[in-house]
Amino acid sequence: MSNLDGNNESLFAYPDESGHFGQFGGKFVSETLMAALQDLESEYYRLRQDITFQEELQRDLSEYVGRASPLYFAKRLTTQAGGAKIYLKREDLNHTGAHKINNCIGQALLAKYMGKPRVIAETGAGQHGVASATVAARFGLECQVYMGSEDIKRQSLNVYRMKLLGAEVVPVHSGSKTLKDALNEAMRDWVTNVDDTHYIIGTVAGPHPYPMLVRNFQAIIGEETKRQFAEQHGGLPNAVVACVGGGSNAMGIFYPFLEDREVRLIGVEAAGYGLASGRHAAPLNEGAVGVLHGNRTYLMGDANGQIVETHSISAGLDYPGVGPEHAFLKDVRRAEYVAVDDTEALDAFRALNKLEGILPALESSHAVAYGLKLASKMDPDESIVINLSGRGDKDIPTVAKLDGISID
Amino acid sequence: MGMLSERLKSLASNNKKALVAYIVAGDPEPGVTVPLMHRLVENGVDVIELGVPFSDPEAEGPVIQLAHERALAHNVSLGNCLEMAAEFRQADQVTPIVLMGYLNPVETMGYENFAVKAASAGVNGTIIVNLPPEEAVDMSAILESNDIEPVYLLAPTTTDERARMICQASKGFVYYVSLKGTTGAGNLDINDVSEKMERFKKLSELPIMVGFGVKDGPGARAIVQVADGAVVGSAIVKLMAEHKDDLKKLSDEVGQFVSELRAAID
Ligand SMILES: Cc1ncc(COP(=O)(O)O)c(C=O)c1O
Repeated sequence: MSNLDGNNESLFAYPDESGHFGQFGGKFVSETLMAALQDLESEYYRLRQDITFQEELQRDLSEYVGRASPLYFAKRLTTQAGGAKIYLKREDLNHTGAHKINNCIGQALLAKYMGKPRVIAETGAGQHGVASATVAARFGLECQVYMGSEDIKRQSLNVYRMKLLGAEVVPVHSGSKTLKDALNEAMRDWVTNVDDTHYIIGTVAGPHPYPMLVRNFQAIIGEETKRQFAEQHGGLPNAVVACVGGGSNAMGIFYPFLEDREVRLIGVEAAGYGLASGRHAAPLNEGAVGVLHGNRTYLMGDANGQIVETHSISAGLDYPGVGPEHAFLKDVRRAEYVAVDDTEALDAFRALNKLEGILPALESSHAVAYGLKLASKMDPDESIVINLSGRGDKDIPTVAKLDGISID
Repeated sequence: MGMLSERLKSLASNNKKALVAYIVAGDPEPGVTVPLMHRLVENGVDVIELGVPFSDPEAEGPVIQLAHERALAHNVSLGNCLEMAAEFRQADQVTPIVLMGYLNPVETMGYENFAVKAASAGVNGTIIVNLPPEEAVDMSAILESNDIEPVYLLAPTTTDERARMICQASKGFVYYVSLKGTTGAGNLDINDVSEKMERFKKLSELPIMVGFGVKDGPGARAIVQVADGAVVGSAIVKLMAEHKDDLKKLSDEVGQFVSELRAAID
């Protein structure tokens, strides 16, 4: 990652030393967390240069996660769209079925090298919780996962899966009882148990250094994509499309392309019941600048600065904030952010099943929906890459219920 | 010099220790707050920390989280908190009010707008829990130019280098969070607090208030042996929660409890 040390003109120069991406990011936490963040930052910088650490990480990524994930030319989807060639980056084929594990393996190794026997995580849909519990099992770490009590009701399969993996799922009853409250509770645990505990944040949010280190662990998605696209097609894609919840799969695939300015980078937020309804999870489209969970970014808040409840059919996108680097890329106009509603995402979910035999996560279906629209307006000699961030087995009960079928 | 600094100076010159009480504005309902603030003062409280309700109170333990939720059920906003401060000020021109909360409501109101409104409401200081001094350069300047004193936090894990920077940025007093953890958690380790006080006292002249684990008279007394004052929050808020359905009892119990704290400190 030598390009991280580029000059200040480069988008690779962010975050700056104090953890800011322009006006975004930073460390907006209580003093009680400052020392822990500083330790994590210096340990991370040290281990990034440590050959043993890097070799162990690479080995696990290939032998345990199953990387590299394929870049797949989706021929029938391309024909359906009738425009640009559509490639899918198959993060759904990773162990545990999503991109989340790339970050979890990296952070669990950090915990191990820092001598911390316990890890904690927050989870909404349960995907990051499952990935955290998985790597905790893999490295023999104690693991507790904080999860909103509302989400526990909605995601019983993943709750049970975490238990099978030996993790303890801790219900969070405060606030809206969802992902943002689970994150608050995980922070509180971390403040209290910081001596023996590492907090594995699941996305490119939180206080510095998290947005940076999660991005760097996820950047392997974009690095592979760039290489694979050059090999299979030649050159660079015209556009890269990814869904944005907290923004980790999008940041991971965007990052290596930041200085390839001819490549359009498009993040797709969840428009829920529609942007006009106010019931969505699209802070980059409709939110305002604010501070939550340790960083300054775009947020969904009310006129008094209280954080509001969000809605998306996909639990993994149902978050009122977004990683600060996305806020920055929006403001400097390096990336574009659009939104896709529940219905469009469901249509794409069904289309990918029927046309390609691929069951996408509802999160990823948002990216597929926008990718289809985009490709249809482009020329056949152009091409786009859609990040298929995860597989949709977890979403089958949700979709079946909409079809009037109950499978519990 | 602001009213907060002045009050703490005058206490010190009379060899008295400060009793600081924390309540959440609008808990359990908006009508309770201003009369309760007066009740606190009548029973010996020197400085009032008025908690501003927030949807995501990251640093609070369960007791204070629930108080934020009770207040938010009545939609108590930062604007409402300032109205309460102004109402209190009409009858009490001497007790400093320190607003304690999280950054987003202030950010939404706008720093300048907030500072001007807070000053005219009679607010004397702020503790913005998730705003460390590094991120607060603009905020501090705006507050100070409106005669509001920004108070910053010290933690058990704060290094000497940071402590020096924090004490320099902090005005009025500096708040030592005596526990690793959230408000109301665990028990106070008085030896540890005493050791830390010795260290911090070498770095700054600023009065140090200690909070986050002070639950009763003996705890408060032990704290003021080594610090300039004690902050009591969760213990009061817990009492309020127990009596939230009987507001007269609530006020009596809190008054009684606070007078016990006062007696223990003096
Ligand atoms: C498959 C999948 N994609 C995307 C996301 C959204 O997270 P992020 O925006 O950090 O990639 C999630 C979160 O649970 C997920 O499970």
